[in-house]
Amino acid sequence: MQRVPSYISRSVAGSYDNEAVAIFALIFTFYLYIKTLNTGSLFYATLNAISYFYMVCSWGGYTFIINLIPMHVLLCIVTGRYSSRLYIAYAPLVVLGTLLASLVPVVGFNAVMTSEHFASFLVFIIIHVVALVYYIKGILSPKMFKVAVTFVVSIGLVVCGAALAVLIALVASSPTKGWSGRSLSLLDPTYASKYIPIIASVSEHQPPTWPSYFMDINVLAFLVPAGIIACFLPLSDASSFVILYIVTSVYFSGVMVRLMLVLAPAACIMSGIALSAAFDVFTRSIKFQLPGATENFERDAGETSSNSVVAQNDVAKTEKNEDAVKERPSKKNRKKEKENVEKPSVKSQIKKKLLILPLEASIIAIFLLVLLGAFYVVHCVWAAAEAYSAPSIVLTSHSHDGLHVFDDFREAYAWLSHNTEVDDKVASWWDYGYQTTAMANRTVIVDNNTWNNTHIATVGTAMSSPEKAAWEIFNSLDVKYVLVVFGGLVGYPSDDINKFLWMVRIGGGVFPHIKEPDYLRDGQYRIDSQATPTMLNCLMYKLSYYRFVETDGKAFDRVRRTEIGKKYFKLTHFEEVFTTHHWMVRIYKLKPLKNRIRGRAKKSKSKASSTTSTKRIGMKKKNPWH
Amino acid sequence: MNEIHNTPIDLTTQAVGITATLKVENAGSDLVSEVLLAFPDDQAKHLAYLTATNNEGKGKAKSSSVSFPVDVVRPKGMPPSLTFYSVSLPKGLGKGDSLTLDVLAVFAHALQPFPERISQADIQLVVFYETAHYLSPYAVKVQSLSVKLPDARIESFSKIENTKIHGSEIKYGPYENLPPFSYSPIAVHFEANQPFAIAQQLIREIEISHWGNVQVTEHYNLVHEGAQSKGEFSRLDYQARPHVRGASAIRHLVAKLPPRAHSIYYRDEIGNISTSKLWGDPKKTELVIEPRYPMFGGWRTAFTIGYGLPLQDFLFHLEGKRCLNISFGSPINELVVDTLIVKVVLPEGSTDISVSAPFPVKQGQETKFSHLDVVGRPVIVLEKTNVVPEHNQHFQVYYKFSSLSMFREPLMLISGFFFLFVACIIYMHADLSISKSSPSYLAKLQWDEVQAGVQQVRNIFDRCLTAHDKLEASLRDLSRTGDVQACKASWKAVDNLLKDLSKDLKPLLVSLQSSPQAAQILPKVEELIAKERELQEKLMVKHSTVVDSYEKKLSGREIENRVALQQQKITALRQEVDDLLDFIDEI
Repeated sequence: MQRVPSYISRSVAGSYDNEAVAIFALIFTFYLYIKTLNTGSLFYATLNAISYFYMVCSWGGYTFIINLIPMHVLLCIVTGRYSSRLYIAYAPLVVLGTLLASLVPVVGFNAVMTSEHFASFLVFIIIHVVALVYYIKGILSPKMFKVAVTFVVSIGLVVCGAALAVLIALVASSPTKGWSGRSLSLLDPTYASKYIPIIASVSEHQPPTWPSYFMDINVLAFLVPAGIIACFLPLSDASSFVILYIVTSVYFSGVMVRLMLVLAPAACIMSGIALSAAFDVFTRSIKFQLPGATENFERDAGETSSNSVVAQNDVAKTEKNEDAVKERPSKKNRKKEKENVEKPSVKSQIKKKLLILPLEASIIAIFLLVLLGAFYVVHCVWAAAEAYSAPSIVLTSHSHDGLHVFDDFREAYAWLSHNTEVDDKVASWWDYGYQTTAMANRTVIVDNNTWNNTHIATVGTAMSSPEKAAWEIFNSLDVKYVLVVFGGLVGYPSDDINKFLWMVRIGGGVFPHIKEPDYLRDGQYRIDSQATPTMLNCLMYKLSYYRFVETDGKAFDRVRRTEIGKKYFKLTHFEEVFTTHHWMVRIYKLKPLKNRIRGRAKKSKSKASSTTSTKRIGMKKKNPWH
Repeated sequence: MNEIHNTPIDLTTQAVGITATLKVENAGSDLVSEVLLAFPDDQAKHLAYLTATNNEGKGKAKSSSVSFPVDVVRPKGMPPSLTFYSVSLPKGLGKGDSLTLDVLAVFAHALQPFPERISQADIQLVVFYETAHYLSPYAVKVQSLSVKLPDARIESFSKIENTKIHGSEIKYGPYENLPPFSYSPIAVHFEANQPFAIAQQLIREIEISHWGNVQVTEHYNLVHEGAQSKGEFSRLDYQARPHVRGASAIRHLVAKLPPRAHSIYYRDEIGNISTSKLWGDPKKTELVIEPRYPMFGGWRTAFTIGYGLPLQDFLFHLEGKRCLNISFGSPINELVVDTLIVKVVLPEGSTDISVSAPFPVKQGQETKFSHLDVVGRPVIVLEKTNVVPEHNQHFQVYYKFSSLSMFREPLMLISGFFFLFVACIIYMHADLSISKSSPSYLAKLQWDEVQAGVQQVRNIFDRCLTAHDKLEASLRDLSRTGDVQACKASWKAVDNLLKDLSKDLKPLLVSLQSSPQAAQILPKVEELIAKERELQEKLMVKHSTVVDSYEKKLSGREIENRVALQQQKITALRQEVDDLLDFIDEI
């Protein structure tokens, strides 16, 4: 898994995240859950709850666990796979896990209040009911049991109905129906763009494209279906869990790019199972084909097994662990099934015989699989080196005369940190908040962890207001510097002008006088001469294109591939204090109000004084010690 | 009494150098052993460097000149706002004797920008104040002064008698027969677009590793102390007309590193700075560094450069001591350093440390802890204020260090790992159970025995099964080659082998039966043995029938017909045996 690009994407410097930690916690929780399921040991159940706590501490995605595990439990109950092991695996997790989770400040009482957790409690109740039913079934005779069932079911229905009614009433009373926006945007992909533009504005929250799937999981994408089939062959509790895991994570990753992260380990496990099943078949057929030459066979087996080990190592590290974990239990289960039912075992034996492939074919297949693994490793290394190791803060481009480095962000941050006052505040769109805080060591108005939507909307409003209104907003926020990212000169596409519509939307969400249609001409976002006057007069436009026309005389924007609409204008309330080498970051200072009023009167005076000053030097001749 | 030939002042760089050539003549009758030099206090506080050397005529090379010790003195009866330095002469000057002295005084911060704030488009102007008459406690016979400016654009300068201007050089004098402490202030206001790069603080850390490396790390805290920039900074103007808009900006700095410097880096607190170039030839290494942004007046930056140097170029052995001989100042050209702190980190275990520097510095000592240090490394801290490029001289650190101490850290690691492994070995071999007679311990021992026994059984069965496979293979060979004898021989061999194996099996089985722990497994094992025996028999029968039929030269189909039934049974049995083996494996 360490090599899976989508995981690497999370752990590069610059965008290092707690999510990298969280994925380990996630997998470890699942591993312990399955371990508990297989052993029925309370010890592992406790460990499981603790690792769940670890997960809650590290990432908000813990709701994935608390929903996936109940789903699996429910699935097991429905398919009649209920066992005491399942109960031991689940009940302590819910009780201990919820208690521990509510210790985390961010979660707090949310652990029992929000709808994300209701599923787990519902299943908790169900599993108790089922456990009771099984218990009663055990102590009563079948006849009595039937009577009891009818009795209990009738009462149970009434109670459940009442409880459900109370629950629905409770949930319906809250506006978002108890679901946080993030979860809702997961369940309903169109939700975010409708109600919470700020969630939808993050590029990570957009649905991924097919290439990104291939980029991120590569060969695994093809191995996953095979892995699912391999899981169905001996369907056990564990393998059904894995299947559930992969299915849900595929869905989630389809909603948000970011959750590709959840998919990656699932895909790894799946393809690991597929590969090990494939190697199993091939090596067995090779073994069977070479019974005569014992020495040969032994050597061969050694080779193939070492091959498979190598391949597994290559493909993924956890895979090995996971395989070991998963294979062992599934084998165990297989054995147990065989013991219970003799016939299927015979059948499976016959199947085993049928699975034997010709010697040459299996050798070639193994070779190809190893090759596949090798290519996968090559791809992963490439992806890690090229796509994800390039930090978003230093950009490079290959031109005919070699590598060109765009180090503008750090240039601007270094300038801010060395040439402004320590307590100056910097306003920028929130994407650059963390970077400014960390690299420039200046206070920002909004950053990547700003929870207060109004706060972000205020900055969005300022950016989309005309200069004077913006100056007032910024001044009221005690902002000294405004930082905008502008890619028009070098063609850096993710600049503020391209993000501007989101600022308008988010700002308009809180301050109704900002209206999105004002910035669009016939529903199109444009900055050329067809753009609306509101657009051409807003602060973001002005700060981005200030004196841009003088660079080439035409003001051709290389990102939008058009000439800008308004070319010549002056700034009255802001002054340019720094622009980086490639114009990617432009920093403006708010002009102080006082000077602006007095400025005109003083101008003539200052000129006069500067001319006289040189003459005064002669006057200064004075013996300092006489 | 002295006589002054000429005093050229060099204003082309920010560190102002005044070289005064004094011809000192003793007009009194007493023996004179020191010469006093006087500077006004406000100049003296900027005085960074002062040397007096003996100038023995023009013909001789300057290398032969000897520098005299210079000390601050406070002679009585002198004006209070002057600072005096006395040059001690090695042998006193008798009556009428004369001596020619070259006095080099370098001032930092002597040029003041005026106006103090300029916009990006303005040119930078600076003022320099001096006295046209050489300030001296002695009477001066003849004296002249020349001021060398960076270029001919002069805003204004004080005109007094005997002032001449030649291009970028202004000449005052000659003035004759001046009384002591004569003073004639002059000011020169001129254009100076060279950057005023000042390192407010520079920490140079020189770390010696006796494994062959001297690592130098320099932390700069740089500021442009020219005229402060005011108003907008327009990148457009700067890029379109770089020499008009932003002429005084610091674009790059050149650092001359010693030859064979390696692993050079240039970074700041947010990472590598990619704008640097490096040239190297056998005589020097030149590093051109650009700050992250062009530095205008008043702008600041901070960065770190570091490089490694080969040890043998800088460390020498002297009379049982080791001597580090390395340059004191910053390698960057024309940089004035306000506070320079040089830290020399010696290897752990160095003793008898002493420092010799060519000029007075403040000394201190501290301890630094690095990897695998026990007592810490001794660090010599040398501090000096107002450092100008003239201070770029070598200084020496002497210390004693035994070569054997070099191996302390590797040995520490080796022994650490060694003891770790030894501890592991001991742990693996030791029996740490508390009670040797507790039932659980005994049960565990027995269980281990049973497992070992089962493993042996398992091995035997494996060999049995391979023997079976051999039998099958021989049959296949037979069908291919028709070599009945070979087949029979292999049959014999296999038969013997199987017999041996069953013999081996017996004692194992007995031991398993005796152990109570094996109760669960025993039936399985027994079943396995029975099945295997059956399988064996069946195989033997099959083998003999096939061989028989070959001997009778029956056709292939007939053989198959005869064997088919047996074959079925064999397959079924084989499966059962396999299952049982798998089950035993689970245990």
